[in-house]
Amino acid sequence: MSKASGRTFFLRPQDIIGIVVLAFILVVVLPLTLDNFRLQFVGKYLTYAFVALGLVLCWGYAGILSLGQGVFFGLGGYCMAMFLKLEASSPANTKIQTTPGIPDFMDWNQITELPWFWEPFKSFGFTTVAVVLVPAFFALVLGYAMFKRRVGGVYFAIITQALAAIMTILIIGQQGYTGGINGITDLRTLHGWDIRTDSAKTILYFVCVALLIACILLAFYVKSSKLGRILVAMRDKEDRVRFSGYDVSSFKIFVFCLAASLSAIGGAMFTLQVGFMSPSFVGIVPSIEMVIYTAVGGRLSILGAIYGTLVVNWAKTSFSESFPELWLFGLGGLFIAVVLIFPNGIAGLWQTYIAPHLGPLFGGVAKRKATPPAPPSPGTAPAAAE
Amino acid sequence: MFSDYSLAELGSIFIMQGFAGLILFSVFVLMALGLAIIFGQMGVINMAHGEFMILGAYVTYFTSQLFLHYIPSLFGIYFFIAMILAFFASGALGMAVEWLMIRRLYKRPLDTLLATWGLSLILQQVYRSVFGPREVGVELPNWMMGSLPVTEVVEVQINGLFVMGLTIAITIAVALLMYKSAWGKQVRAVVQNRVMAGAVGINTEKIDRYTFGLGCGIAGVAGSAFTMIGSTGPTSGQLYIVDTFLVVVFGGAQSLLGTIASAFTISQAQSTMEFFLSGSMAKVLTLLGVVIILMLRPQGLFVIKVRR
Amino acid sequence: MNAQVITDTMNKDFVLAVEGLTVSFDGFKAVNDLSFYVDENEIRVIIGPNGAGKTTVLDLICGRTKATTGSIRFKERELTKMKEHEIVRAGVGRKFQNPSIYEDLTVFENLEISYPKGRSVAGALTFRRDAAVKERVQEIAETIFLADQLDQRAEYLSHGQKQWLEIGMLLIQDPELLMLDEPVAGMSVSERKKTAELLNTIIKNRSVIVIEHDMKFVEDIAHKVTVLHQGKILSEGSMAKVQADPKVIEVYLGH
Repeated sequence: MSKASGRTFFLRPQDIIGIVVLAFILVVVLPLTLDNFRLQFVGKYLTYAFVALGLVLCWGYAGILSLGQGVFFGLGGYCMAMFLKLEASSPANTKIQTTPGIPDFMDWNQITELPWFWEPFKSFGFTTVAVVLVPAFFALVLGYAMFKRRVGGVYFAIITQALAAIMTILIIGQQGYTGGINGITDLRTLHGWDIRTDSAKTILYFVCVALLIACILLAFYVKSSKLGRILVAMRDKEDRVRFSGYDVSSFKIFVFCLAASLSAIGGAMFTLQVGFMSPSFVGIVPSIEMVIYTAVGGRLSILGAIYGTLVVNWAKTSFSESFPELWLFGLGGLFIAVVLIFPNGIAGLWQTYIAPHLGPLFGGVAKRKATPPAPPSPGTAPAAAE
Repeated sequence: MFSDYSLAELGSIFIMQGFAGLILFSVFVLMALGLAIIFGQMGVINMAHGEFMILGAYVTYFTSQLFLHYIPSLFGIYFFIAMILAFFASGALGMAVEWLMIRRLYKRPLDTLLATWGLSLILQQVYRSVFGPREVGVELPNWMMGSLPVTEVVEVQINGLFVMGLTIAITIAVALLMYKSAWGKQVRAVVQNRVMAGAVGINTEKIDRYTFGLGCGIAGVAGSAFTMIGSTGPTSGQLYIVDTFLVVVFGGAQSLLGTIASAFTISQAQSTMEFFLSGSMAKVLTLLGVVIILMLRPQGLFVIKVRR
Repeated sequence: MNAQVITDTMNKDFVLAVEGLTVSFDGFKAVNDLSFYVDENEIRVIIGPNGAGKTTVLDLICGRTKATTGSIRFKERELTKMKEHEIVRAGVGRKFQNPSIYEDLTVFENLEISYPKGRSVAGALTFRRDAAVKERVQEIAETIFLADQLDQRAEYLSHGQKQWLEIGMLLIQDPELLMLDEPVAGMSVSERKKTAELLNTIIKNRSVIVIEHDMKFVEDIAHKVTVLHQGKILSEGSMAKVQADPKVIEVYLGH
C-alpha cells in the first residue's frame, strides 16, 4: 500500500512543529523581548496576517487573485468599529451634541437619527456574527456572479480592484453614515472594558494570536482535505476538474468567502487593537499590499504568509521611520522580486536552502511539498471570458 | 460612428452632454488606447501605464521650460515637439521594461500585474525624488488660451478642443497602424497564433517588444496631452488606472472601436450623473454600473468570437 | 462482433441519441445537422479529416460547447440543458486530446480526486480516505500500469503514462459512456500496444466513443465507424463498409 494513503490526521509532523514554533515566537519570544509599544505593532501586523492567510488559500491554492481583500478587512473592521462607536456614544458621553446618543460624526453631518443599518450593531452578539458573515455574504454575491459566469484570472483581479476603489469612494462620500475619510475614531470600551490601556492592548494581542492560530489550524484543515487538493487541481486544469463531476464555481465561491471571512476577522481585531477603522485600509493600495505579504511569505505556504506579513510590515515600519523615501523603492522592488526571482517567497527559500539541512521534521525530505519554481497562473488573460 | 448626424446636430448633442464629459472621454481614450494595445494584443496587465503617461507629461513640462527659456520665439509650437519626445521617451522606457521584466512573464498574467504594480511604485518614487513632490503645470501658448463661443450662452475652451482633436488624430493613427500597416498585421498575427507567426518568419519577440513600446509611447503622448488640461504630479497616473482598465475591459479587450465606445459611455455616464449627484456618488454609480454589466456580460461590449 | 450489434439494436434503448445537432461559430457551422445513435456496450469510432468537427462533437456531448440547435439524449436525459458536472454525474466521461491531469498532485491524488464521492464543497471537506477509496485507487492503478508510481508527482510521468493516468481517472468514475479523444496519439509503438490492451479491458459493460486517426487501431476496436466531414456525417457503418465508400475515399485521397 502506498505511503500517500497512510496519512489520516490533517497535520503532518512538520506542520505541527511549524505551528508550535510560530506560537512560541508569538506567545513567548516577542512578548518577552519587545516593549509594549513594539508589541502593539506586532499585534497590528498580525491582523494583516489573517488577510494573508486567506490569500494563501484563495490565490496560492485556488489561483484566484483578489485585489479587493481590503474591502473585507474593512467590512470586518467597520462592523466592530460600529459596535464600539455606539458604545462610546452613549447619551451620557454625547450630551453636548444636538442629538445625543448618536456617533459624533453623524451629529456633525446634521443627522438626527441613528441610521437603520447601525441599529443591530448595538448588540455584541450580532456584531461578532456580522464580522464573519457580512463579508462572507458580500463575497458570496460577488463570487456567485463572477465564478458562475467563469470570470477569472485578470478580469477577476481588475473587478475586485474596482470594487476596492468603489468602496473607498463610497465610505468617504457618505461621511454622515461612515465617518468619511477619518473613519470611525475615538473608540473606547468593549462592554465597559477600556481597550485603550496598555494592559488591555496586551490582552488583545494574545486574543489576536489565539484567533490567528485557530485560523491557521482551519487553513491547514482545508488545505489537507480533499477540497484543498481540488483547489490545486482547479488551478492547474480547471476543465479536468469540471469533467470529473465537480461544480468548479462552488469551490471557488467557497474559498473566496473563506478568505473574505478570514480578512474580516483580521479587520475586527485591527479595530479592537488600534482603536479606529478608516477607508485607508480598504482601498486599492492597501488591498494590493496585502497580496505582497502573501507573496513574500510564499503564496503556497500557510505559515510562510504569517512570516511574510511580519517581515514586510516590520521592514515598512523601520524604513518609514528612517528613510521614508526608500520604502516605496523597497516595496516596488519586492513586488518585482517575488515575481521574477523568488516566486515561492520565504517558504520557497526555506524549502530549498534551509530545510534540507534540518531533517524530515522540518520538511527536509518532504518532497511532496516542494513546489515547482513557477506556479502556473491560470486564467490566461483574454481567454477568461467565454 | 457620428456620420449619421449633421454637424449642427452633433454640436448641440455635444453641448447637451457636457463638455466636461468629453474631456474626460479624451483622457480615457488616450490612456485606454495604449492599454488596449498592450492588454488586448498581448494579454499583459500593465499597472504602471499611468506612470508611463506621467513620464510623457514631465517630458512635455521640461520641453515647455526649455522653449520658454531658450527659444521663446518658437514657444507656440513647443507642444508638437514635446509630444514626439514624450512618445519616444515613454516608448523607450516601455521597451526596456519589456526586455527586463515583461518578456519573462508572458504566461503568468497575474504575476505581470503584481510586477508592474511594483514598477509603478518605483517610478512614482523616482518622479518624486527627481522632479519633486509638487504638481507642475505647463504654460500654454497664447493660441491655446481662451475660449470659443459656440452659441450665445455656451463657450468651449480651446485647450479642451485641442485635446479632443488630438485624441481623434491619435486614434485614427493607431487604427491605421493596427489595421492597415504591415506591422499591424504582424502584431495581430502574433496575437492569433504565436507559434504559426514565428514559423512564417515573424520575429515574435521583436513584435512583442515594439508592441509594448508602442502602447507605452501612446501613453506618453496621452500624458503630453494631459498637461494641456491639468497639472502633473508623481501620483497623477494612478488616479486613472482603475477607470482606464474598466474602460478597456468593458469595451472588449481586443476591439479598438469597443474601447472608444466604452470610454464614451463611461465618461458620459459619469459626467451626466455628476450634474444630478455629488461627484463621488456619480463615480460610485458609474463604476458599480460597469462592474455589474461586466458580471452579466464578462466578455465586454464588443467581442471577437473564436472557435476553441 | 457486428452480429452482436444487430441483436442489441432489437432493444431500441439507445444509450446516446444525437439528433439534428448544429453548432455555429459566427455563422461557421462546425457541426451541421448531425444525427447518430450509440447503443449499449457499443464501441463507436469517429474518424474524419482535420477540422471535420470530431472534437466539437465530443465537446457538445459533454457540455463544453453549447449547441445552437438540436438535441443530445443520454439514457432519456437531455444533455444540452445540463451543466458539465451534471453530465459527468449522469455517467458521461471524457478524455481530452492532450493528457489533462493535475501535474502538481501525485498519481494517487489524481485518481482520488476523480473518485466519485465527496463532489460537493461540504463533501470534499469531510471526505475520508478510507479503505474503500484506497482499494479502488489501487485497483485502477494496477489496470493502468501505474501501481508502483502512486506517490509520484504526475508531472514526472512520461507522455504515455499521463494518457493512461487520465484514462484511469475516467475509469474510477465508472462512466456508462466513455469518450476518448485520440487516446494513442503521440505514443510509442509499445505504449500503443499496451493502450489497445487497456482499452479492450475497460470497454466492457459500457459504451465508448473514440476519436482516432490510427486506422489499424480503429480496425481493431471499432464496432461501427462514423466518418465526419465538414460537420456532417459522410458515411457510417462497419469499418469495411466505410473503407469501401467512394465518398470517403474521395475525401481522404481526393483533391
